[in-house]
Amino acid sequence: MLHFQRWKVILVWGIVLVGFLLALPNLFSPSTLAGLPSWLPHKQVNLGLDLQGGAHLLYQLEEKEVVEDWLKTVRSDARDALRGAKPAIGYTDLAQNSATRSVSVKIRNAADFDKALAALKKLSVSVGGNVFSNFSGSDLDVEKSGDNEVTLTITDVGLNQRMGAAIQASIETIRRRVDQLGTTEPIIQREGRNRILVQVPGIQDVERLKNLIGETGKLEFKLVDPSADASQVASSKRVPTGDELVYGEETPPVPYVLKDEVLLTGQNLVDAQASFDQRTGEPVVTFRFDAAGAKRFGKITQENVGLPFAVLLDNKVITAPRINEPILGGTGQISGNFTVERANDLAVLLRSGALPAKLTPIEERTVGASLGADSIASGKKAALMGLALVVIFMFAAYSLFGLFANLALLINIALIFGVLSLMGATLTLPGIAGIVLTIGIAVDANVLINERIREEIRSGKSPVASIEAGYTRAMATIIDSNVTTLISTLVLFWLGSGAVRGFAVTLTVGIFASLFTAVTVTRMMVAYWLRRWRPTLVPI
Amino acid sequence: MFRGFSFVPADTKIDFVRLRTISWVVSALLTVVPLFLVWSVGLNFGIDFQGGTLIEIKTKESTADLASIRSRINALNIGEVQIQEFGAPDNVLIRIAAQPTEQEQQASIGKVKQALGEGVEYRRVEVVGPTISNELIAGGTVAVVVAMLGILIYVWFRFEWQFAVAAIASLIHDVTGTIGVYALLQLEFNLSSIAAILTIIGYSLNDKVVIFDRIRENLRKYRRMPLVELLNLSINETLSRTTLTHVTTFLAMLPFLIVGGEAIYGFALAMCWGIVIGAYSSIFVAAPLQLILGVKRDAFTKSGESTRAGAAARV
Repeated sequence: MLHFQRWKVILVWGIVLVGFLLALPNLFSPSTLAGLPSWLPHKQVNLGLDLQGGAHLLYQLEEKEVVEDWLKTVRSDARDALRGAKPAIGYTDLAQNSATRSVSVKIRNAADFDKALAALKKLSVSVGGNVFSNFSGSDLDVEKSGDNEVTLTITDVGLNQRMGAAIQASIETIRRRVDQLGTTEPIIQREGRNRILVQVPGIQDVERLKNLIGETGKLEFKLVDPSADASQVASSKRVPTGDELVYGEETPPVPYVLKDEVLLTGQNLVDAQASFDQRTGEPVVTFRFDAAGAKRFGKITQENVGLPFAVLLDNKVITAPRINEPILGGTGQISGNFTVERANDLAVLLRSGALPAKLTPIEERTVGASLGADSIASGKKAALMGLALVVIFMFAAYSLFGLFANLALLINIALIFGVLSLMGATLTLPGIAGIVLTIGIAVDANVLINERIREEIRSGKSPVASIEAGYTRAMATIIDSNVTTLISTLVLFWLGSGAVRGFAVTLTVGIFASLFTAVTVTRMMVAYWLRRWRPTLVPI
Repeated sequence: MFRGFSFVPADTKIDFVRLRTISWVVSALLTVVPLFLVWSVGLNFGIDFQGGTLIEIKTKESTADLASIRSRINALNIGEVQIQEFGAPDNVLIRIAAQPTEQEQQASIGKVKQALGEGVEYRRVEVVGPTISNELIAGGTVAVVVAMLGILIYVWFRFEWQFAVAAIASLIHDVTGTIGVYALLQLEFNLSSIAAILTIIGYSLNDKVVIFDRIRENLRKYRRMPLVELLNLSINETLSRTTLTHVTTFLAMLPFLIVGGEAIYGFALAMCWGIVIGAYSSIFVAAPLQLILGVKRDAFTKSGESTRAGAAARV
C-alpha cells in the first residue's frame, strides 16, 4: 500500500500529464490554437450537430425505382437479343412485371425456343463472386415458364449487388454536389441496405442542400413533335403514338408533346457552368458535350434545323428552343428564366451527374447555430454547477479524503476530454450530461472506498491497515458495479444513433477513466500522504 | 483538520425488512399505477416514435404571437398541429402530426415556412418519416430488453440466480416508475428518454450490486444469523454509501434540470427521478426480495467461492 514501484508512479503521472496535454487544446479558440508550438496536441473534441448547428439528413434509395429501371433495360436487351439473332427470332408479348421483378416473352415459333432460351441466358451475368461470400450467383434467372414462354427474373443476389452499386454511385454524386456548397467536412455514408446518411455541420441554407440532393438530375434532350397541338393533347389526354406528354417547370406548368426517343442524356456532358447570356444578360447554364455527344448533337441539329427541341431535367421541360442553325462545336447553353442561384445549382447538378434513382428523405434533423450555442452555454453552466456541488459535498463528507477524490475527479475530467479529443469523438448535449454522470460514478468509487475505510477504522484497525483494507475490499464491488453500468452503455452504443451514441461514448470513456483515477490515482495520493505525515488518525 | 461529516451515523439500525409490508404496497403502486397511466392517459410520444415534424422558431418580436402563428398554420390544413411557447417568450415549438407519405411530410415543412414568412429564425427542424419512427420503436424496445438480459446474465454469473431475479424485478420496477413520470407529466417520450431509461438501469443496478456484495459477504461471515437480520444488517451497513452516492449523482444532475435548458430538461428530469427511485428500490425491493426468493447461504460457502468473489478475504 505504502510502496509503489517507481516505474508505476512515473507511468501513472505520465498518463495524467498526457491526458492534460491532450485535453488542453479544448480550452483555446482555433486562432490561439494555431499559434501554439507544433509539438503540442492540436486536436479538439468535435462538437455534435446539436451543439454547433448543422443538418442531419437520412435518405432512402427507392428500390422500386431501381427495379423498374433495370427491368426496362432487361426488356430492351431481350428485344435486341432476339432480333439480333441470326436469323432473327420471332416473339410476342414482351412484358415486364414489377411485382414479380421479371420480364417475360413468348417465342412465336416452337422450333426457335431452344435457340431463344440460349440467347436470353447470355443476358444473365454472374455477380458477387468472391471466395468469402456465399451470395454469389447470377443476377438474372432465365427460365422456361410455360408454353414457348421465357421469364427473366431479377435474383436477390443481383438486386443486392445492383442496390449496392446504386448506393455507391449516389454517395459519390451527393459528395460532388455537397462539395459545391463549400462546407467543411460533410459526412456522407451508407446506412443499412438502402440508405444514405448526410451530415453537414454548420450549414445555414438547409433548403438549398435538400434541393441539391433531392433532385435526381437526369438531363435529357428530346425533339418536340411539331405536328401535335400541345394544349389540345393536354386537355384531351389523347397522346399520339410515339409521342409523350410532358410538362414544364413553371407554374402553371406548360404542356409539351415530345417524341418518345431520348436523343442525348447528361451522361454525354463533360462540363456545365453557370454564366450570363451575352445578349440578354440573363443567367444561363452553358454545357459541353464529350466527343461522341458533340457528334450526335451536331447531327441532330443539322437534321432538324427550324424545329424545336426540348431540354428535360427529371422529366420536366426546362426549355424548348428552336434550332436556328446546326450546333457543331459540341457546346450549348440552356436558358429558362433562371435566377442566378438556380442557374448555379443546375450547373452543379449537371456536373455531378444524375443519381441512379430517386432519393426519398426519411429523416431530417437540423439545428440552427444559435440553438447550438445556447445549448453549449447552458450545458457548460449546468456541468460546472454540478461539478461544484459534488466537490463541496465530497469535501464535507470525507474532508481530506474528499479532497483526494476531488483532485482525482478533476484529473478524470481532463482524461475524458483528452481521450475524446484523441479519438476525434463527437461531444453532444447528452454527452455533456454523460460526463456529469461519470462524475457521479467516479466519486462513487471513492465513496465505496472511503466508507470501507471508515468501517475498518471503527473495527479498531490502525490507519494504514484500515486504508489498505478499504481499498482492497472495495475493489471487487467497484468492478462489479462498473461492469453493469458498462453493459447498458454498450447497448446504448450498439443501438443508438447520433446524440445517443455520443452519450454512450462519453459514458464509456468516463467509466474507464474513473476506474483509473478514483482507484489508482487516489491510492497514490493517499500513499504519499501516509509516508510523508505518518498520521495516527485518519480524518475521514 | 475536520473529519468528514457522517451524513448517516455509523450505528444506524433501521429495520428495513420489517417495513416491507408497507414497501411492497408502495412498490406495487409504483409498478401498476404507471402501467395504468400509460394505458389510460398514454405517453406523449415525440416525433421519434410517432413520425411527424417538429419546428422550433425564434420570432423577431420579443413575445411571439401564438394566436397568429396558430391561425396561419391551421389554415394550411396539414392535420393536427401543436403550437406552444418553448423556454422563452419568443421561442415557439410547432409540432405537426405525421403525414401519410414521406413526400407530403417534406412538402408540409415548405408550406409552414412559407406561412411563417420572413423574419423567423429556425432554431431546429426535425422530420421523422413513418419508416424511421417504426424502426426507432423496435430499436428502443430491443435496447431495453437486451440491456436487461445482459445484466441478468452477468449478475447470475457473479452471484446466484436469486440475486439476478431480484435485480431484474427491481429494474423493471425502476423502468415502469420512470415511464410513469413521463405519462404523469406528459413529458415528451423520445430517443433520449430511452437513453435515460438505459442509463437509469445501469446506474440503479450499480447500487443493487453493492448491496448484493455485502449480503454475500455477510452470508459468509455470519453463518447462523437469521436472514431477516442479515438483510437488515447488510442494508444498514451500506446505507451511508447508498445515500452519499445517490446524493452526489443527484447533485451533479440537478443543475441540468434547473439551468440545462429546454433541450435536455426531459432527460435531466428522468435521470433525477431515476436516481431517487433507484435508491428506493435498492433498499426496499432488491434486498427484501431475497427473503421471498430464499437465497441459499451454502451457495457462497463452498470451497473456492471466496477466491471468485475477491472481496471475501476474511479478517
